[in-house]
Amino acid sequence: MKKLINDPKTVVNESVEGFGRAHAGHVKVNPEPLYVTRKEAPSEGKVGLVSGGGSGHEPLHAGFVGFGMLDAAVPGAVFTSPTPDAIIPATIAANSGAGVVHIVKNYTGDVLNFETAAEMAEAEGVNVRTVLVNDDVAVEDSLYTAGRRGVAGTVLVEKIAGAAAERGDDLDAVAAIGNRVNENVRSMGVALSACTVPHAGVPSFELAEDEIEIGIGIHGEPGRHRIPMENADGITDRLLEPILADLAPAAGDKVLLFVNGMGGTPQSELYIVYRHAVAVLEAAGLVVERSLVGNYITALEMQGASISVLRLDDEMTELWDAPVNTPALRWGM
Amino acid sequence: MGQTLDTAWAVRWLRASAAVIAENRVALIELDRAIGDGDHGENMDRGFTAILEKLDGEQPATPGAAFKLAAMTLMSKVGGAAGPLYGTAFLRAGTAVGDAAELDSATLVAALTAARDGVVARGKAEVGDKTMIDAWTPAVDAAAAAAASGEDPAAVLAAAASAAEAGAESTDPLIAHKGRASYLAERAIGHRDPGAVSSALLLRAGAQAAEVAA
Repeated sequence: MKKLINDPKTVVNESVEGFGRAHAGHVKVNPEPLYVTRKEAPSEGKVGLVSGGGSGHEPLHAGFVGFGMLDAAVPGAVFTSPTPDAIIPATIAANSGAGVVHIVKNYTGDVLNFETAAEMAEAEGVNVRTVLVNDDVAVEDSLYTAGRRGVAGTVLVEKIAGAAAERGDDLDAVAAIGNRVNENVRSMGVALSACTVPHAGVPSFELAEDEIEIGIGIHGEPGRHRIPMENADGITDRLLEPILADLAPAAGDKVLLFVNGMGGTPQSELYIVYRHAVAVLEAAGLVVERSLVGNYITALEMQGASISVLRLDDEMTELWDAPVNTPALRWGM
Repeated sequence: MGQTLDTAWAVRWLRASAAVIAENRVALIELDRAIGDGDHGENMDRGFTAILEKLDGEQPATPGAAFKLAAMTLMSKVGGAAGPLYGTAFLRAGTAVGDAAELDSATLVAALTAARDGVVARGKAEVGDKTMIDAWTPAVDAAAAAAASGEDPAAVLAAAASAAEAGAESTDPLIAHKGRASYLAERAIGHRDPGAVSSALLLRAGAQAAEVAA
């Protein structure tokens, strides 16, 4: 393992410390317990948005703290959800009195820790609503699994719900639009290589040189099957097919197409995936109204990508276009 | 002849747990790497190291207080699924024993049962889902049977630990229905559940802490 680190045990704290120094105009870092808030938090009269999860998915979540998106983010240990003792003060820091929405990816640890923290923050007098993101079509949503995972769709939920909070929507309305985004977004990912968690020191899974894993989650954990390597168009088809089967869009529907890199794949390759994906969607009669391409929710240095398709309505499009000013996403201002 | 299960036993148990988790840190990481995301050993070690630090600073007054100290520390330091699940287990056990100064066999069974029920309530898993519950439920059953036949608390704990070890082994052929291993479907077959293994390690540490000569 070769990594640009000092000590596996201090990776997250040192990284977030550097992040705070680099973006001192946007954010403030609370080192113990570890969480990140907007520089001026809470924002008077505004519903607070708090997200968090294991570290190793940067820029998610701290990179999306700022105007038009999150009020606070709680980074856990690498690939491990944060603990309630950090989520609770982050929630309190984000609360201006209008309440707080927790945006939680559907992973067992994240759900359990945010659930506990929400109960305890409520006991401290903060109204909390939770938006659970479960956009990953690779996993069957059945009684026999922990349900669908929350993956790249999280970024879209955070942006659109963040814009709703910024324009002054109340707690229930912000949670409702977050849920609406989640209900209309589907994602599917592929891994071409494994990543190495710093404290483990060895790759998280074994993948032969000529193999790829279709349907991975954001830790490289599997979803559907392992197949021989194919070209970019072939892989793109394999990712889009289950997304479209599940989302079942009608011809003429407007969509947002999001091609996300897992950390170890160059932008040029993401655009090759985008090129074919947009052609497939158009051939299906869909109108690709908005796009996002880049590394927004990663799995350390894993090679791979995910595709997300969000069925847009006019309000979602308007909120997507609304100004945002965060370390990792910025437009309109 | 086992010792009585008093506060000193509870503290010995927590210290022994920290030692056995540290010793098995890499093994638990390896088990979790196979079917999860490889952080179980690291997370448990971080939690129990924090428990040792707490115990160096404060002396719990009762076994129940020791369990609650462990619960709060695990919830605040471990994260993932293991933090809330083990935190809940120790919290419920602490509530079940109240402020008793010593645990008899019946109280011990009540504590183990409450711990198991807490894990079931939080994790919503059942026997056969390839989780900690596959170690905990046989452990509770064996403890109850041992207590019913008049065994002393140390023997009840030993019975629970042996049943938990067998329960952990029984997860090898299972498909996981909860947690990250559930995404592997049939590919989880042949791998032992790391949470069931760490549960068995903790119960064995408790049994050994009860056997220490006075």
